[in-house]
Amino acid sequence: MKPKVAVFDFTGCEGCELNKLNFENELLDIIAHIDFVEWREAMDDKADEYDIAFIEGSISTPECVDRIHDIRNRSKILIALGACAVCGGMNAMKNQKPLEVAREEVYGKDKDLFPTLPALPLSAYVKVDFEIRGCPMTQQEFLRVVTALLMGKNPIIPDYAVCVECKLKENECVYGNGMICMGPITRAGCDAQCPSFGQYCIGCRGLVSHPNKEAMIEILTNHGLSVDEADKKMSLFNTENREGGLK
Amino acid sequence: MKKDLNINVHHLTRVEGHGNIVVNMKEGKLEKAQLEIVEAPRYFESMLKGRSFHEAAIITSRICGICSLGHQITSLKATEDALGLEVSEQTVLLRKLLINGATIQSNVLHAYFLAAPDFLGVGSVFPLVSSHPDVVVRALRMKRLANDIGDIVSGRAVHPITPVPGGFTKIPSVSELTEIKRRLEEEALPDVMATVETMIALAGAIPKFNRETEYISLRNENEYAFYDGQICSSDTGLVSDTEYRKMTNEFVVSHSTSKHAKVNRSSYMVGALARWNNNFDKYADGVRDAAAKLGLTGVNTNPYMITIAQVVEVAHCVYDSIAIIDKLLTNGLKNEKPNQTPTKYGMGIGSTEVPRGILYHEYTYDRRGQILNANCIIPTGQNLGNIDDDMKKLVPEILDKSKEEITLHLEMLVRAYDPCISCSVHMLDVDFIE
Repeated sequence: MKPKVAVFDFTGCEGCELNKLNFENELLDIIAHIDFVEWREAMDDKADEYDIAFIEGSISTPECVDRIHDIRNRSKILIALGACAVCGGMNAMKNQKPLEVAREEVYGKDKDLFPTLPALPLSAYVKVDFEIRGCPMTQQEFLRVVTALLMGKNPIIPDYAVCVECKLKENECVYGNGMICMGPITRAGCDAQCPSFGQYCIGCRGLVSHPNKEAMIEILTNHGLSVDEADKKMSLFNTENREGGLK
Repeated sequence: MKKDLNINVHHLTRVEGHGNIVVNMKEGKLEKAQLEIVEAPRYFESMLKGRSFHEAAIITSRICGICSLGHQITSLKATEDALGLEVSEQTVLLRKLLINGATIQSNVLHAYFLAAPDFLGVGSVFPLVSSHPDVVVRALRMKRLANDIGDIVSGRAVHPITPVPGGFTKIPSVSELTEIKRRLEEEALPDVMATVETMIALAGAIPKFNRETEYISLRNENEYAFYDGQICSSDTGLVSDTEYRKMTNEFVVSHSTSKHAKVNRSSYMVGALARWNNNFDKYADGVRDAAAKLGLTGVNTNPYMITIAQVVEVAHCVYDSIAIIDKLLTNGLKNEKPNQTPTKYGMGIGSTEVPRGILYHEYTYDRRGQILNANCIIPTGQNLGNIDDDMKKLVPEILDKSKEEITLHLEMLVRAYDPCISCSVHMLDVDFIE
């Protein structure tokens, strides 16, 4: 029997979900092997239980908290999809200032109309079985994970730096162009997509497990770049996941 | 005729983001007919504060995955306006090509995957895989080509990589563009014609409903306006985009985490039908002929026709993309570096037509090139008041139908606007005081 698969979205941009609808070449093969039973962005149907639930977005309202627990209870395997679900993503930047301040800045006198919490990754609330990282997730990695699960294997998520993939592609290092690149401390798996297109790595896949901060600071210093600025860039996707930052 | 009616559609499906439709009628009096926006707030302007001009577009693209290219281009235009960065003709042409790709992608996704299931009485595109395989394969082929334009020109169709202030970090190759052009001519043009035929066959399922409203879009005397132009209101004519705050007037309503907007009436419409109504004279004859076959001739006041106007835009974007690639290849591709040396610091505005309507970004930069304050006004937010006003007129007109049919009509109405709710609740209008 084909596994029952659901897709849910919390606080985020739905870009990872969109990337799934963008599997134009593979979508028909995918649905030959799995049954989408619930996916609000694409279909009307709903189901009670799921073999695999893909969750996009971070948890940022009281309603989100109830919903994620409910989905966890009804899912055999729960997979965090994309930077928001895995590390809080860009949403978590709002956590850098007191919540009351942010609410008042945005809503003024109406600040109590809409309840909000710090934006946190799914793992802050429920057990996450597997992660598909990136902003947005890459389609190749999604396919690798789904294929592994269908074959009854545990998907392998890389835990080495983007620089490894970048070197293998023989890219010119963007530090040579005066850019601050997060590649040395960011987890690989994207095939060094941004540096391959002449842009610096923005750190969207989160940090490697044991980032070598001293070496990162040394690279920055050798290139005459500021550690402060790099630290700020690092916070784009890693507010909840930066182990005190570079400084 | 019914006297009491209660409809509550929780988390409407096949739209981007979280919204509820709520209608209450008591003893023949309509007490409530509205689209509630319940998406979690995002606080983007708050996040932008203190960020470098290099990061503004990287951050704002994350407002929405579906509209990421639109946010990025609009953000770059605002930053370039604020910092006095000139861009080359090649940069403008490549950006226009990207907008065409993103518009084809978004409009095909909406027409085929989100709206068409209603016309065929099914709950999603998945049953159509077996019942209408050729149509689904065609839709996927069109979407793939549109996304390939994004992947090749911008590195990645969702959250593009290469467009930066002042230009691009990487220019596509002649062979890549030549191949895209070949596919546009050999695949996309026949697919567009077939799409028009498919939509003609489905057009009978489009509800008959009309409500005249104010239509606001960009307008450019030289072309069908997507990349730039003046703001055009069907009520009051043209104004510069520096007047955009007067042309939006956002305000908070309690039933929506996204703000609403109004100008000359209680609400106005933006998006594909507003663009058509204000600019159909700027279309090529072939595109207008296709529109006529689909029932679009002159100003149209049926919001359900937005989907049809989107299909017409797909035709335009395919023809226009071929013309742009011809021009790029004739001019010769230059390996230009982006111009990132500010000539001034201050406030700048960017306005672009993105699939769901006119999008505005405004930033003020300090002398270090860091953002002091930011404001983004989103098409879906602008449409919300118009959707509510449509519902208020529609419900009394269809009261003789069953509750299920009324609900379906309301769902189809909201879907026709192709609302992008993640975008609309990015949280607007924060002015920071240093």
